[in-house]
Amino acid sequence: MSTDTGRIAKRFAALKAEGRAGLVTFITAGDPDLETCRALLDGLPAAGADLIELGLPFSDPMADGPAIQAASLRALHAGTTARKTLDLVRGFRERDADTPIILMGYFNPIHAYGVDRFLADAKGAGVDGLIIVDLPPEEDEELCIPALKAGVNFIRLATPTTDEKRLPTVLQNTSGFVYYVSIAGITGTASADNAAVGAAVDRLKRHTDLPVAVGFGIKTPEQAANIARVADAAVVGSAIVTRIADGLDAAGKARPGLVEDVLGFVRDLAAGVRRARG
Amino acid sequence: MTRPNTYRSGPDERGHFGIYGGRFVAETLMPLILEVEKAYKDAKADPAFEGEIRQQLKQYVGRPNPLYYAERLTEMLGGAKIYFKREELNHTGAHKINNCIGQILLARRMGKKRIIAETGAGQHGVATATVCALYNMPCVIYMGETDIARQQPNVFRMKLLGAEVVPVTSGARTLKDAMNEALRDWVTNVADTYYLIGTAAGPHPYPMMVRDFQSVIGDEVRTQMQELEGRLPDSLVACVGGGSNAIGLFHPFLDEPTVQMIAVEAAGHGIEKGPLEHAASITGGRPGVLHGNRTYLLQDEDGQILEGHSISAGLDYPGVGPEHSWLHDIGRVEYVSATDQETLDAFQLCARTEGIIPALESAHALAEIVKRAPKLPKDHLMVLCLSGRGDKDIFSVAQHLGVKL
Ligand SMILES: Cc1ncc(COP(=O)(O)O)c(C=O)c1O
Repeated sequence: MSTDTGRIAKRFAALKAEGRAGLVTFITAGDPDLETCRALLDGLPAAGADLIELGLPFSDPMADGPAIQAASLRALHAGTTARKTLDLVRGFRERDADTPIILMGYFNPIHAYGVDRFLADAKGAGVDGLIIVDLPPEEDEELCIPALKAGVNFIRLATPTTDEKRLPTVLQNTSGFVYYVSIAGITGTASADNAAVGAAVDRLKRHTDLPVAVGFGIKTPEQAANIARVADAAVVGSAIVTRIADGLDAAGKARPGLVEDVLGFVRDLAAGVRRARG
Repeated sequence: MTRPNTYRSGPDERGHFGIYGGRFVAETLMPLILEVEKAYKDAKADPAFEGEIRQQLKQYVGRPNPLYYAERLTEMLGGAKIYFKREELNHTGAHKINNCIGQILLARRMGKKRIIAETGAGQHGVATATVCALYNMPCVIYMGETDIARQQPNVFRMKLLGAEVVPVTSGARTLKDAMNEALRDWVTNVADTYYLIGTAAGPHPYPMMVRDFQSVIGDEVRTQMQELEGRLPDSLVACVGGGSNAIGLFHPFLDEPTVQMIAVEAAGHGIEKGPLEHAASITGGRPGVLHGNRTYLLQDEDGQILEGHSISAGLDYPGVGPEHSWLHDIGRVEYVSATDQETLDAFQLCARTEGIIPALESAHALAEIVKRAPKLPKDHLMVLCLSGRGDKDIFSVAQHLGVKL
């Protein structure tokens, strides 16, 4: 949307001006605990995250693989709620006015919070966009339309099963960017073939002027670089979340150095993305 | 609330029963969900599809099964005249096979090559493995580890039938988690796989489709009652997990104002003990969105799904089919519950007075009849959906009764 003046549109415009793709990093709110998550969030922009996806934890993450399932459970055990997730965003916003934050999750916690109240509170906290996995265009009236009215971007997933005929339906109320899910499957499992991703992005670009981010299955700086050559942004989730899991002690508590290790990995990913079109 | 002209016209084209139902699935699955919907619509219009189902229900499943007058139980309770709809006599021992026959024929029409399913008690898993053997299709059944432990006989049955049983280790390792895992398989294998959902829940068109396939229960009851008593029954009682046997019994009667309907949820240790101690989504939950539909769910304040409890693995699910949520809200069906203890008592009563060992699921419905029948006149015709046989449950019942086998 050319009239979009939000942080997401601004960030993609800036990336375009720089002539490079962006890095989108995913972590789950409250994983492994609220304090550590706050430190991770604060460190992500300087480590090279251009946009941040923050998982809204849910007990039944049906589209996620084992890594993000475990992250959701850690976050819930640490007492994370939708309200505390918004508090995390609010705190981050006090320190960073520019890095877009997109909440990613499932509909029920928002349904339970109350859609209108959630959108008002999310907007107020500094949330820029929503990716809600179990809300296809067929259910746009539930949250997508209210979100657009509230000035929150609703970012839709396009997948390998979204054919030419369906694509306009998927793109219709999408704003901010389009998230291309590069494999038919759950997060953190298979990786897509690069040529296939390139062709899919080209196909999307014929239907929309929105930036296209590609995610699912990107695990290494090299893979991120490959995606950065063909898309506007590369999304990395499970690989980062796995680094968080690796930094826990036997009792599930964050070991010293966890934050630095995760941010170090993000720096490597960012370097990959930045060098991609060099 | 205004009364609709008919209670039988739902869902609408978007899969809604009132505010319930819908298609809350990931985009990867959405094209496939639409394909299933279209294929089902075409199949319904094709007399050959209907004919094939009829043929298999008769020759393979053994339908119609009897509507049996439970005379000793009736005398003992001293009130309403009690009939059992004998779904437990179906091949594989439960109503689940009615739905499996319909769906596997649909999967074949769609050219799908592989079948997946979730199971709780294992009855749906066994029924699915059975039709997969019959039609020579590979079959993967997702089952929570907790349920695998309490339903050993059915696990072995599925394996004998050639199915692969995948233990699910997430969450409380019961039916909800099995359904999550089946959905994960489905998004990963969309091209060749058909998800054979075992109850009247999930995204549209499943709740409608499963209800249609199970409506043979109510259709037969109507004909049989007419033959036996020359009139309609006065009340229908069924247990509700996801709600497929109940909706199958109720649906053909929804527009008969004289027919009362009672659905029995699992109260576990007691509804008053809180949502972790029961599995009564309607009686003790509130509306939310899970597994593709809006419906009553057991959930906390933050919308996190809670792990319910029931002695019966087939009712241990934190949701319920969306049509039931609607029928509850408009007041057409009464939703009540039975505790583990009431169920165990009814289970033993049925065995001793009628010589029938019922499934623990069905024993929930019987527990309600035990409470209700004595207060009703002798000419009140009451039908229990005896949804399954209890052979699978004897080990867990023995354990609850403190008996070592
Ligand atoms: C014998 C029997 N009855 C009832 C149920 C509950 O399912 P539904 O509510 O879909 O009929 C089950 C589920 O496993 C079952 O095995």
